[in-house]
Amino acid sequence: MKKLSARRRHPLAAVVVLLLALAATGGLYAAFAPASKAQADETAQSLAIEEGKKLYRVGCASCHGTGGQGSSDGPTLVGVGAANVDFQVGTGRMPAATSQGAQAPRKKIIYTQAEIDQLAAYVASLGAGPAVPTTNDYSPNGADIAKGGELFRTNCAQCHNFTGKGGALTHGKFAPSLEGVAPKHIYEAMQIGPQNMPSFPDTTLSQQNKKDIVAYLDAVNSDQTKSPGGLQLGGLGPVSEGLFAWIFGLGTMIAVAVWVAARTAKAKKS
Amino acid sequence: MSTTTTNDSGARRAAPAGERLADWADGRLGIYSLAKSNMRKIFPDHWSFMLGEVCLYSFIIIILTGVYLTLFFHPSMNEVVYNGSYVPLQGQLMSEAFNSTLHISFDVRGGLLIRQIHHWAALIFLAGMFVHMMRVFFTGAFRKPREINWLFGFLLFVLGMFTGFTGYSLPDDLLSGTGVRFMEGAILSVPIVGTYISFFLFGGEFPGHDFVARFYSIHILLLPGIMLGLMVGHLILVFYHKHTQFAGPGKTNNNVVGMPLLPVYMAKAGGFFFLVFGVIAAVAAIATINPIWAIGPYRSDQVSTGAQPDWYMGFAEGLIRAMPGWEINIWGHTLVLGVFIPLVIFPLVLAAIAVYPFIESWVTGDKREHHILDRPRNAPTRTAFGVAWITAYMVMLVGGGNDLWATHFHLSINAVTWFVRIAFFAGPVVAFVATKRICLGLQRRDRDKVLHGRESGIIKRLPHGEFIEVHEPLSQEQLHTLTAHEQYVPVEIGPLVDEHGVERKLKGSEKLRAKLSSAYYGELNQISKPTADEYKEITSGHGHH
Amino acid sequence: MSSQDIPEENLPAAQETTLDKVTGADEKHPFADPGLPPHEHRIQDIDERAAKRSERTVALLFTVSMLATIGFIASFVAFPADKSIYVFPIGHISALNFSLGLTLGVALFAIGAGAVHWARTLMSDVEVADERHPIEASPEVKSKVLDDFRQGAKESALGRRKLIRNTMLGALTLVPLSGVVLLRDLGPLPETKLRHTAWRRGKLLVNMNTNQPMRPSDVAVGSLTFAKPEGLEEHDEEFQNEIAKAALMLVRLQPDDIKDKKELEWSHEGIVAYSKICTHVGCPISLYEQQTHHVLCPCHQSTFDLSDGARVIFGPAGHALPQLRIGVNADGYLEALGDFEEPVGPAFWERG
Repeated sequence: MKKLSARRRHPLAAVVVLLLALAATGGLYAAFAPASKAQADETAQSLAIEEGKKLYRVGCASCHGTGGQGSSDGPTLVGVGAANVDFQVGTGRMPAATSQGAQAPRKKIIYTQAEIDQLAAYVASLGAGPAVPTTNDYSPNGADIAKGGELFRTNCAQCHNFTGKGGALTHGKFAPSLEGVAPKHIYEAMQIGPQNMPSFPDTTLSQQNKKDIVAYLDAVNSDQTKSPGGLQLGGLGPVSEGLFAWIFGLGTMIAVAVWVAARTAKAKKS
Repeated sequence: MSTTTTNDSGARRAAPAGERLADWADGRLGIYSLAKSNMRKIFPDHWSFMLGEVCLYSFIIIILTGVYLTLFFHPSMNEVVYNGSYVPLQGQLMSEAFNSTLHISFDVRGGLLIRQIHHWAALIFLAGMFVHMMRVFFTGAFRKPREINWLFGFLLFVLGMFTGFTGYSLPDDLLSGTGVRFMEGAILSVPIVGTYISFFLFGGEFPGHDFVARFYSIHILLLPGIMLGLMVGHLILVFYHKHTQFAGPGKTNNNVVGMPLLPVYMAKAGGFFFLVFGVIAAVAAIATINPIWAIGPYRSDQVSTGAQPDWYMGFAEGLIRAMPGWEINIWGHTLVLGVFIPLVIFPLVLAAIAVYPFIESWVTGDKREHHILDRPRNAPTRTAFGVAWITAYMVMLVGGGNDLWATHFHLSINAVTWFVRIAFFAGPVVAFVATKRICLGLQRRDRDKVLHGRESGIIKRLPHGEFIEVHEPLSQEQLHTLTAHEQYVPVEIGPLVDEHGVERKLKGSEKLRAKLSSAYYGELNQISKPTADEYKEITSGHGHH
Repeated sequence: MSSQDIPEENLPAAQETTLDKVTGADEKHPFADPGLPPHEHRIQDIDERAAKRSERTVALLFTVSMLATIGFIASFVAFPADKSIYVFPIGHISALNFSLGLTLGVALFAIGAGAVHWARTLMSDVEVADERHPIEASPEVKSKVLDDFRQGAKESALGRRKLIRNTMLGALTLVPLSGVVLLRDLGPLPETKLRHTAWRRGKLLVNMNTNQPMRPSDVAVGSLTFAKPEGLEEHDEEFQNEIAKAALMLVRLQPDDIKDKKELEWSHEGIVAYSKICTHVGCPISLYEQQTHHVLCPCHQSTFDLSDGARVIFGPAGHALPQLRIGVNADGYLEALGDFEEPVGPAFWERG
């Protein structure tokens, strides 16, 4: 990263960037295109970029500028990478609502995955950035779940809670719950650091580290996760436990006490 | 002498085995004299009188399950590598305390259930004590002769909080470790001795290798031992004073009306133990509590958001969260007001409710015994004070979970914190005024009910076209019940000049007492209940409607 | 409305003659206490069939309890500890915990319900009044006790022999001191331990996640990295104590964004290193918002501005997070240029 940014004014930089972008897009396309199109060629890539550009002009340019240079309404997209587009658009955060609150929340996804790929290809062509991870990057195969847990508690739990149930940040911002978030998007979020989340580039959190974290989350926060003790009560800790103890624990006790102390029905006087 | 003995043994041979056993015990323990006044002891029936039993029984359940847990728990902070059956922690370094708690949860059959019963029972124990205390407060059951028992109960609540806190810290998981770290920070803020106390408590720097073992002996021996003693004293006093009762026909300050201990209360109270235990066991079967495996082992450089203590410490947590960060550096020393002030307010707020009975009895100057409970409305100032206190408590409880309020209601955490800061002062005032007005309103309604009867809901049209609602007269029982309470008259300061014309010096405390007394019982602060004359006047035909 | 339904003798007018001194119908209690209402019979008291039904219900409850206990033992034997079942709507839970808890709950609850039903329907429900007796002793008893006490006090001569009294009080006051002294060895004295951390000049910053030293280029703008001093390993005896003070958070800001002059001086190419330990009560703080450069503490919401010397902008913390001065060594790795210049973590009396 450092080297890249230091040399970005080199005459050949544009060429290198373009080549990298093309390679990234190609790889991406190869990964997602149907098998018959596996032999992605120059034409297919530029076609994807071309299609993406059209989509971009309609859906994104009003905030991020016609060439992705950014505006007062949205940051520049040059160099944010395909992973960023895949995350932001793939989780429905982008396009953002016209009047959003403190941060753009997850919402309904309005593009198909193919369209998202085209958008990603276009944005990636604007400047080099992290590519969309491959299935192998985030599959639980070869991951150390326990190590992932330790890494999660060091790097992630402070905002997202022990098992990724989310938490509060300043002034209405929040770290979202990670429940039901696709492993790919979790991986991408670590790479790119969307919105106020810091990024965890490979130099900080290696690819294996990220894989471990994704595997840990899959183990402790999915619909298959075991909760041996019973209801998880939101996995939020003592606050929800306290509410449960008061309402259902003490509430039941009082209901029982009312029964114990109540007078038995009297026989009607004849 | 010898003849009597022979006679006795002759009688004994004829008696059934149970009686002979009782005779044997009586000769050594005097059980007959003890049972004489207690076996058919009368207890009044009211659901709210059973709240104390919820506490007693959950305490017994906590002791039973706690003893079981000690059989498997290792109170040690030695670091070990986990190789038990919970996969997402295998290979992780953790303390033996955490390791053995995982062992109890996953590898001891029924261990998880007992752990959950223990913890749920603890939360319910504290909640039960809180509600029990409020019942006693709002009905004025703390009045003479029960002030000491009120203090016993209060101490049990406070000790329960600390026993709970030390227990919560034992598994040495990431959440409880964060709580202990908070406690260390709070201790450090104490001027002059804070650092020393912290180093002595933790055996050096935080976290050290000692606190689990030390908290363990405090949690299982020291505090529960004291609590057991207090609880026995509490129960003895309940027996000795006999239970209070609500006003009603046949119920006076000199009797207690209800059913005898043997057999009704033996069955009801004994049965209630099983009911409480059954409910807690079912709760532990259905809902998980403190899933330490999901939380992970403690590391002093890790943390999770939503780090909260159990509910009974939420009030302290709220205070500490709402406090602005004041810090004074003076003459090379630091006064950590941002932490120390909440640390002082915390016991003060608790003490406010604890000393209230003594303040009230000073204001009333009433030295008589009180066994008939007040309806909260009939003591408007006390009720308003209690509601104000609860409001302050609840505001801080909300403050203790400000982050969860923020995320779950899409609010700004800063706004929630500011709300708590303001509401801690404004809330009790509003609650006080509102409660007092409501109480006075209810008193007025009672007065109207006595004088004019109950609204029957039946509308009648008079010959000249006017509609009136028919009021049903109350029965003698209801009339008596609604007017059974006594009303104090405000204390007068008395003449400032004595009979010799010498000016008496007025003490400040006297002036304060007179002021408080009129705030309690002055004209605008209680609605005088109907007198016999008023009733006569209305019922004899004039002045109605 | 009239009062014709109320028996004449209960009217206050009539009471003047029948004022009951015990129940106290007087000025203060305008309506006399009519006394305990007559006992009304329950169905079970007059209908033997209803009583039999109650008996059977109680017996049934006790039988249910027995069956549940058998169920408890059966579950204990049948389910292995790691058996998981799906129960709607609770989720994937331990079969053992669920079955043991429910059977135990039913076994206990049924005993209680049986006993209470028995008491409510079959035991006598006649309300009885028990007299209370004043707690205060009678004047005779009181004077007898006081006389005894005076007698005893006089015989002990404690009041007269002041020397005995004073020395005894002295001895009793001093003797608990032994206990206090014994507590001395609970821990070492604080000395200056809270002022130092494991950071020294030249210690490399080691990435917490990869356990590798870092180059400035590894720390990107907008990223968050946690670091520990070189040589401190997780399995070290004193790891917890050391990391509790030395934990470090590294972020890179655009040098132009750094408002604090000292912060800029102590940074390296915009990389700033701050203590991860909150200055409030010591939670590991690290909720870094990369766009605002604010760091929030998850425990009590103290908020620090990393672009402005980590000063407190919200919450209960009293002072800024300590910054660690960093640089690069000859091999191009990030290193500390000394220890923190002020104590990390919560403030304390001697902090100054």
